[in-house]
Amino acid sequence: MNAFLAVARRDLLLAVRHRAEAANPLLFFLVVVALVPLGLSPRRETLELIAPGVFWIGALLATLLSLERMFRSDFDDGSLELMLVSPQPLPLIVLAKIVAHWLATGLPLLVAAPLIALLLGLPARSLAVLLAALVLGTPTLSAVGAIGVALTAGLRRGGMLLSLLVLPLYIPVLVFAASAVSAAAGGLPAAGQLYLLGALAALSLTLAPLAAAAALRISVS
Amino acid sequence: MPPPEHESDSQPLLETVALSCARGERVLFENLDVSIAAGEVVQVLGENGSGKTTLLRILCGLQPPSGGHIRWRGREVAPGAPELRSEIQYVGHAGGVKLDLTPRENLDVAIALGARPTATTVDAALARLDIGMLGGSPVRTLSAGQRQRVALARLLTCASLLWVLDEPFTALDADGVATIDAMLREHIEAGGSAIVTSHHPVALGQVTPRPVSIPRAA
Repeated sequence: MNAFLAVARRDLLLAVRHRAEAANPLLFFLVVVALVPLGLSPRRETLELIAPGVFWIGALLATLLSLERMFRSDFDDGSLELMLVSPQPLPLIVLAKIVAHWLATGLPLLVAAPLIALLLGLPARSLAVLLAALVLGTPTLSAVGAIGVALTAGLRRGGMLLSLLVLPLYIPVLVFAASAVSAAAGGLPAAGQLYLLGALAALSLTLAPLAAAAALRISVS
Repeated sequence: MPPPEHESDSQPLLETVALSCARGERVLFENLDVSIAAGEVVQVLGENGSGKTTLLRILCGLQPPSGGHIRWRGREVAPGAPELRSEIQYVGHAGGVKLDLTPRENLDVAIALGARPTATTVDAALARLDIGMLGGSPVRTLSAGQRQRVALARLLTCASLLWVLDEPFTALDADGVATIDAMLREHIEAGGSAIVTSHHPVALGQVTPRPVSIPRAA
């Protein structure tokens, strides 16, 4: 437990020290969302139709931008070796890194969500579902992303491969989260989609640390 | 005080049996038998590229050997087994020091990751390595030698039986080398062991490090 807290605290500290770099995904997200109405059409009917999808595509790509930070620099400076040689269970350390990554990237999205919903003209009644979908969906993005980064940490130019590996696994989150927000905007119940997002989060948060830990051992050897 | 004689005679702490390692087509070493007894420093010798670092990484479980096995206290263990990891402190080429954290923060993380802390506090460890004044400045602002000292300070704050040190004297000045020598001496006097790769002669007073060379594979 001590190791979990120490690693999470360390990663958050590093995110704070690299404020500009850490804020990058959120800025990217805001820019994408601000440009869509300009590029397509600012008409309310069009926006209402595409807003949930645009929101989640932006969130997905923003997360993808921030993933590399999770293990790459630790791989380069030998910190990762330290974690692998440590007697503390590696999946626990990986889970700490996933939690820290979510706090540094998922949480800011959550805070910015009401503003972005306003920019996209999402009806106010869908805001609660949008926030619920973010709470349930973004941890899955961090957890599944960890597997991808762990697999590509040892490669010099792993960025492209990382997107290829991770994006297909992100699709269920995109489909269910966007559909939940669409349903809520249309005044329909969204519980089913939210349950599925919850199930995905539970599954990925329990299994991804194990998979990422195994991937890290392969990457380092 | 020298370690009890029978301990090193009866059972080595760590032993490799017919260890082999190949990188792709190239064989680095074959059938390597290395044993490390309690209270002993083993210095691994070999030309550049002979596989010294690889041997240490295999002992730490960072890399699987392509053949042979490892015995810990006479019992065969999988490379990187938990009982092995809880008794090993590894300081490699890449020191595992985060440049944007201070030495103190770096050590706090190392202690949390280690099996158990020693009685030495972080500040005492940094002071011993002569970087006590720099405990609060980011490692990025330190020199190469000072960064190496931060990495080595781990050895003082985290308790373990076996120190695995890859070129620990890199970038250190004469003073630093003497400090590390003294730390090694205290470690083996307390019954610990170490395996070190170094081109620098290790001076341990009455204790002579036992050289082990990695022969060039045929």
